[in-house]
Amino acid sequence: MIRVQLPQHLRTLAKVQGEVQLEVEGPVTQRSVLDALEASYPMLKGTIRDHVTQQRRAFMRFFACEEDLSLESPDSPLPDAVVNGKEPFLVIGAIAGG
Amino acid sequence: MSKVRVLVGTRKGAFILTSDGKRENWEVSGPHFAGWEMYHLKGSPVDPNRIYASQSSGWSGQVIQRSSDGGKTWETPGGGVTTGPGGFPQGESNKFAYDASPDSGKPLTTHQWYDGTQHPWEFKRVWHLEPSLTDPDTVYAGVEDAALFRSTNGGQTWDELSGLRGHGTGPKWQPGAGGMCLHTIILDPSNAGRIYIAISAAGAFRSDDGGKSWKPINRGLRSQFIPDPDAEVGHCVHHVAMNPKRPNVLFMQKHWDVMRSDDAGDSWHEVSGNLPTDFGFVVDIHAHEPETVYVVPIKSDSEHYVHEGKLRVFRSRSGGNEWEPLTKGLPQSNCYVNVLRDAMAVDSLDKCGVYFGTTGGQVYASADAGDSWNPIVRDLPAVLSVEVQTLP
Repeated sequence: MIRVQLPQHLRTLAKVQGEVQLEVEGPVTQRSVLDALEASYPMLKGTIRDHVTQQRRAFMRFFACEEDLSLESPDSPLPDAVVNGKEPFLVIGAIAGG
Repeated sequence: MSKVRVLVGTRKGAFILTSDGKRENWEVSGPHFAGWEMYHLKGSPVDPNRIYASQSSGWSGQVIQRSSDGGKTWETPGGGVTTGPGGFPQGESNKFAYDASPDSGKPLTTHQWYDGTQHPWEFKRVWHLEPSLTDPDTVYAGVEDAALFRSTNGGQTWDELSGLRGHGTGPKWQPGAGGMCLHTIILDPSNAGRIYIAISAAGAFRSDDGGKSWKPINRGLRSQFIPDPDAEVGHCVHHVAMNPKRPNVLFMQKHWDVMRSDDAGDSWHEVSGNLPTDFGFVVDIHAHEPETVYVVPIKSDSEHYVHEGKLRVFRSRSGGNEWEPLTKGLPQSNCYVNVLRDAMAVDSLDKCGVYFGTTGGQVYASADAGDSWNPIVRDLPAVLSVEVQTLP
């Protein structure tokens, strides 16, 4: 079970509280986690990565295990601690504007 | 007894203000979508309980919201958990993809950037939603970077009417200070195929075939900030208004100048007359008196606040040129707010109500066509848009 933490605005949009838990088939990567997230919560399509290019939106960042994974390839494996559910995959709105 | 419902979009959420026909006592509902920029909300004239809303943020992009109960509850159309071919979700309500298909013949070209270089088209947000006059599931969206989209399934999927962006002058369009936005959409109730739109900074355009083809309608506009002041396109049109009872007459608040057209936009002439400054954003028309027009003069394009620290709506009862300041109930000293382009509306009660919102968070209402004003609310986030529904 993959744990995902969303920023508050997206939790509200998706009508969820706390962490989201997802089943991910195959390799656990940014792409497969976001695919699973959007399959369960279609209203989030386009809010984390661009609808057309599938690139991460500029002000959204991905963290896990105290590492910034934002610039990693979307197809790179996520850390084992995310894969086995010990740590969440964090989607965070970049701090900007004070 | 009739009621009015005022739909207010702000920088940090949406608010719905309701009152009976006296328009004295108001109920305030909100914030809806707290924390998000709500550029525009508008109800269907066919089914007033169907309301569309543009929700966006710099972080998470564009979302379309829809209500079917007058704003009590909302849904993202197409955002429910439904699975399409291949197991992928079908939620597409927030997808605005420019039409660059070879079949359409409208490749995604470039427009002029602030520095004069060419810049690719990039979708940013929906500025204006205009529900169809005949079908509650059909709605038009004006977006930044400027283009016109249409949904015929209640906002679930959107298709670009690419004849506008691709009609040939796109490389000459450029962003204004707020971005290159398509902010005005007017549907002609007397001619199903006729649509007017306006873009900052490109100008006004008209389609007579339901949005397939377009022509610029900017003859008579003069703009000193472009190389050719009389150019066919490039003008920073801030807003256009039409009284549905007289659809061939249009009023325009341009960057500078208040303009009038008596031939469906084919030609324009200036009617700024005795205004203290003819810079501004909003323009609207009395519901029952097509020659009664309202504007809010703003000091200048470098000082986006009202003239002389006084919040004054100016009204012309002669179709322009002769304007009177309306001040009763409005602050007349130390006021430095702006009234943005989509932040004025009129109701259609017997005594026409006029409403506007400010960047200071006030929404003012006049139940006597502008003679006097009262704040409905004083301390909302900066107001981006105001629309009014007159309900039975």
